[in-house]
Amino acid sequence: MSTDSISIVNADFASRPLVAKLHEWVTTVDHKRLGILYIVYSFVFLIIAGIEALIMRIQLIRPHNDYVSPEVFNQMFTMHGTTMIFFVVMPMLFGFANYLVPLMIGARDMAFPRLNAFSFWMTAFGGILLYFSFLGANGLYGAGNAPDVGWFAYAPLTSQTFSLGHSTDFWTLSLLVSGFGSIGTAINIIATIFCMRCPGMTLAKMPLLAWLNLVMAVLVILAVSPLSAAQVMLIVDRYLGGHFFDTQAGGSAVIWMHFFWIFGHPEVYVLVIPAFAFASEIIPVFSRKAIFGYPVMVAATVCIAFISMSVWAHHMFTIGMNANANTFFVLTTMAIAVPTGIKIFNWLATMWGGKIHFKTPMLFSIAFLFQFLIAGLTGIMLGAAPFNWHLGNSYFVVAHFHYVIVGAILFTTFGAFYYWFPKMSGKMYNETLGKLHFWLFLIGFHLTFDFMHIPGLLGMPRRIYTYEPGRGWDTLNLIVTIGVFFQAAGILVFVANLLWSYFHGETAGSDPWDAWTLEWSTSSPPPAYNFATILEGRSRRPLWDRKHPEDPDWRYE
Amino acid sequence: MRVSVVRGLHRVTEYVYLLLTLCSKAHLLEVKFRNVEEMGQRSSTHWCMRLAAHAIGLACLPVAALAAPTDRSLSPTNIFAPVSTPAHSIFGLSLFVLAVTGAIFVIVFTLLLYCVVKFRRRADDDGREPPQVFGSNQVELAWTVIPVLITVVLFMATARVIASIQRAPQPENAIRVIAIGHQFWWEYRYPDLKVVTANELHVPVSDPAHPTPTFITLLSADTDHSFWVPRLAGKTDLIPNHPNSMWIDPQQTGLYLGQCAQYCGTQHAKMLLRVYADSPQEFNRWTEEQNQPALTTAAVSEGQRIFERTACINCHAVTGTVADGRFGPDLTHLMSRETIASGAAPNTPENLRLWIKNPDAIKPGSKMPAMGLSDHELDAVTAYLATLR
Repeated sequence: MSTDSISIVNADFASRPLVAKLHEWVTTVDHKRLGILYIVYSFVFLIIAGIEALIMRIQLIRPHNDYVSPEVFNQMFTMHGTTMIFFVVMPMLFGFANYLVPLMIGARDMAFPRLNAFSFWMTAFGGILLYFSFLGANGLYGAGNAPDVGWFAYAPLTSQTFSLGHSTDFWTLSLLVSGFGSIGTAINIIATIFCMRCPGMTLAKMPLLAWLNLVMAVLVILAVSPLSAAQVMLIVDRYLGGHFFDTQAGGSAVIWMHFFWIFGHPEVYVLVIPAFAFASEIIPVFSRKAIFGYPVMVAATVCIAFISMSVWAHHMFTIGMNANANTFFVLTTMAIAVPTGIKIFNWLATMWGGKIHFKTPMLFSIAFLFQFLIAGLTGIMLGAAPFNWHLGNSYFVVAHFHYVIVGAILFTTFGAFYYWFPKMSGKMYNETLGKLHFWLFLIGFHLTFDFMHIPGLLGMPRRIYTYEPGRGWDTLNLIVTIGVFFQAAGILVFVANLLWSYFHGETAGSDPWDAWTLEWSTSSPPPAYNFATILEGRSRRPLWDRKHPEDPDWRYE
Repeated sequence: MRVSVVRGLHRVTEYVYLLLTLCSKAHLLEVKFRNVEEMGQRSSTHWCMRLAAHAIGLACLPVAALAAPTDRSLSPTNIFAPVSTPAHSIFGLSLFVLAVTGAIFVIVFTLLLYCVVKFRRRADDDGREPPQVFGSNQVELAWTVIPVLITVVLFMATARVIASIQRAPQPENAIRVIAIGHQFWWEYRYPDLKVVTANELHVPVSDPAHPTPTFITLLSADTDHSFWVPRLAGKTDLIPNHPNSMWIDPQQTGLYLGQCAQYCGTQHAKMLLRVYADSPQEFNRWTEEQNQPALTTAAVSEGQRIFERTACINCHAVTGTVADGRFGPDLTHLMSRETIASGAAPNTPENLRLWIKNPDAIKPGSKMPAMGLSDHELDAVTAYLATLR
């Protein structure tokens, strides 16, 4: 069977000097190593961007606080947003896609291993370039200056008139560079899924994770291209005398908004569809049931991706579009709730009648269901354009998208960390510490983001470095800040757990969860070649068939 | 044919709206159900309805908590305390949306809770796999069609409110104001009344029987800004090269607060909004006063001379003098305003002096430079400004 491994390569790896080991990591084209590099890299940026969030929350702990200056605060929210979206969540999800997709479809690597390495290093250098702005954004004069135009960098704040020095250039170029990396990875994922599936695994028999990552990759190409185009236009404006967004010379600020959000909204689904993918693998295994309504799950995902291309202007309800345009974007925005609702119901139906094991990955997935439900409902509120005229650009919208990005995406990603950690490291994590992490983070999350909705309803706009007393925001902001410390404690427990388990954890074995997809058929961690023999996929759960020869899935599919 | 379909859908929307408005007042339903109970009718439908009413009531509780005090006791910028037609329309829609989403939340959350409790693995589990179910076309069709219907209802309700606000005609007697966003202050121009002022917008209160709404044209001199006074209307952005408009008709006199809601640069946070809804008499008096030229007295001629010979007049205007700068707020009637620095500080002589001496002490990063005047000069200029009534 394929669990046999061939004892070749790396027999003497342990005895080699550190430099040689590091050299192997830097020059690697192995999808698993690149996956881990992506994940570790994004985790470093998660800590950095988390510290930026902490600085903002300390500043907002009370009205008229002067912990940081307005200039620093504006840099913090710009860097926090840009980092979290482009250098934490995207690479984190690309890392998991890199690691898991070839293993789950029975392939030995990605379709283009060297493109894969190139894409990773583009993304990595993009992040480093962005942070170099702290040192070098004002050019040779010494004083650093991070970008402070906000993560969606509305024109004309980015023009030479309002943004002196080079901070905006660092922002633009780093996104352009990492954007090429993202597109490379997307092409690679699509090619891998279309061309590298093991014999017998038709598209209709792929694990949902592979399907969802395929849809994500298509969206990356569709979304990142207009963003890159807009960045090029911005550079032309700033240095070659272009007037695309230069309102002083007849350019249009609104056209930047369109370019940005036609990237920005599909981007939300680029981030959340892989989160759906994790939930779609974890929930069935810990409920001990097949995913409910596989074809509908695939169809709903494709449908979400399709509709997501037509909803971007719901980020722009307040810019004074006419009533017809507003009404159209209300319709498309409301429509996206339907396939999303179907997915939630299908996950619930997967749990229905199962035997739910409350291991840490499942706890995170259940919390995801709860939080994503709320995020979806607040999304409907924001989608009702007149309601949005109040809620848009208020703290309500900040709470809403953190519910999506933390409550849904980060929670499932933590679930994925715990679920696949035994596969990646060969060691079992500590369940007690895992649960402690879960509860700390859950409490912190709800303290922070539940209470963050209310100042928005009470008129608090986002991106203000301080606020007036007497508006009913003081206590709420205090609670929000307290929650952040719980979250930080949770993250520390998480890091401690992973480190301790990596060095002292129990050996996990190839299939600790009694799971059903192909990555669990090879050793943990998998050998460089993944599988010693060519696998065969007769159903969506090949390992179920192997474990239950009397009742295989392929009879029903 | 098509018109009748649209009308029919409108009717449906109205009924659902009515139903949910009733539901959001769950305590009323509770009374109704108690009566039913007393009559001894305990059918399963009754229990379901009772449960649903409780559920919706529970979901609406947080909203009720925010919406209950329709005065400004909770917050002067509470979106659930509307005093102007656009804000009222949005308030009605938001209650409807909150009721629908609240009901969905309670139902789905109950299902999730039920799953987690009912289908947890028991201690005495036999280790066998549960029955494998792969899907069900009927069930999946049901939870596709029902959300589609809910979506249609929400969409119709929303579309109506969009039209009612955005397509409202501008009456003959409407007050016209041009609001211009600057880094980081507001300029207001009344083209019909020949008034130019800054940071504090005065509008007449609007009697619902004879409305005198204010229609505001929104422009920007530099970057994007957004005009948001939650109790009067939703926000609309001020974008350079892209004129926008909005309207308000405050039905109670008073001061309504807000602030810039689109990130516009370093001091976005202290670009505060103050809208005074005056009685018609007060508004007329205010307009007349604003039309008077500035009176200068010999007692402050030294301050005036310093003001007019330094860079002050590059940015500030005082009508009837050589000062005609347009980059900063018009100071002709500075003393008629309650605040300085776009609402960042009360308009007192001490604050005014501090503002001229060191603007960063009040509003770091504002475009007002420190003028580098001596203490004596500061006193003189402050005294001069204090005469600009």
